[in-house]
Amino acid sequence: MIVLVDSGVANLASVVAALRRLGAEPVVSAEAEVLKKADRVILPGVGAAAAAMAQIRDKNLIEPLRGLTQPVLGICLGMQLLFEGSDESGGTDGLGILPGRVELLPASSDTPVPHMGWNQLDIVAPAHPLLRDVAHGAYVYYVHSYAAPVSPVTVASTRYGAPFTAVAAQRNFMGCQFHPERSGDVGSRILRNFLEL
Amino acid sequence: MLAKRIIPCLDVKDGQVVKGVQFRNHEVVGEIIALAERYRDEGADELVFYDITASSDGRSVDRSWISRIAAVLDIPFCVAGGIRSLDEARQVLANGADKISINSPALENPDLIDRLAAEFGNQCVVAGIDSRREGDDWYVYQYTGDETRTKATRRRTLDWAQEVVTRGAGEIVLNCMNQDGMRQGYDVEQLRAVRERVSVPLIASGGAGALEHFAAAFREARVDGALAASVFHKQVLTVGEVKSYLRDQGIAVRL
Repeated sequence: MIVLVDSGVANLASVVAALRRLGAEPVVSAEAEVLKKADRVILPGVGAAAAAMAQIRDKNLIEPLRGLTQPVLGICLGMQLLFEGSDESGGTDGLGILPGRVELLPASSDTPVPHMGWNQLDIVAPAHPLLRDVAHGAYVYYVHSYAAPVSPVTVASTRYGAPFTAVAAQRNFMGCQFHPERSGDVGSRILRNFLEL
Repeated sequence: MLAKRIIPCLDVKDGQVVKGVQFRNHEVVGEIIALAERYRDEGADELVFYDITASSDGRSVDRSWISRIAAVLDIPFCVAGGIRSLDEARQVLANGADKISINSPALENPDLIDRLAAEFGNQCVVAGIDSRREGDDWYVYQYTGDETRTKATRRRTLDWAQEVVTRGAGEIVLNCMNQDGMRQGYDVEQLRAVRERVSVPLIASGGAGALEHFAAAFREARVDGALAASVFHKQVLTVGEVKSYLRDQGIAVRL
């Protein structure tokens, strides 16, 4: 059973559709017991970090999420929430599962923020199974203003002005800063890899 | 490197995809899902669906097709057409659209842009601007989906482009009306003028007819994406041909 965490602010429809295209039938839930029993958990997210964390806190999901031992995939904001905190909206705590803090992307005239569109993956750790059969330089779809700096949990980065963490992984927790559900064949491959972990 | 985007645009009228010339005389060109799948398979980076009658009829977009599109598409898509309120925008996004584009309603009520950006984030709020040259300047037009109701506003395009960004639009699609459906090339001069005024992604729209037109918009006007309809609907060019050509020209595209 694959469970999508209903944080109340995520665009779940496109993730649900992407998983269905792969033959999975995801369950959407905000119940700790349902999450605990899942084979895999996906934490999607669109919107602001503080609002999403407030929802997770209100639903008493902070400890249950931290305690998950099955494969967990955070997508976009969902990935950012796995870190210790984010500088968004004056600063907010994250789940603290992955080390490091999410920062605003540096804007310039060549790199307006939000970073929006298709950009390339530089694969740092090709051995990671989440990126099996994903080519160096493959394009994935981004829509975000904040990102985690490159760190020891980075398994792929993307350059936009400076490099940032595109894919992070530590133990059973993984995250994609881009939207695999909107990243064509490359994104489908990554979701399929996650389902086959 | 961030890729330049090729964006087929599907004008939707009464549940079918149509295309006119200079916003008039619409003819049916195909079924929504079939065309969406074709463009996805050809390598489109994004799709835009405009319910072109919604604003001029004073009704909101018919949303039954949005979730069907979301179920088949694995690339982002934007929905436009008479989105007048936060609730309407929320429904469109909840049905799986990645972005909403507002045009005539933003001209009626510019504050709508601020409220949409505050609620959903500026990354999913696109401002569509229909613009026409008059003398040596460009002006914004409203209700362009219905030729009997299309009207000129007294807003200068360059002023309005700046205002929508200040209010929170995360992207601008500039429809150059003089060029629409003519396949004579994008209005590079106008696009360049808007590019110099705003820092958000700018999408060229109106006039694509040949491979060189795409390269000119990217190279000379430094737009982030190029939107086209009739050239793709009539299979004058495929998305794949355009992208291969651009790659050979040294322009970063996703292939």
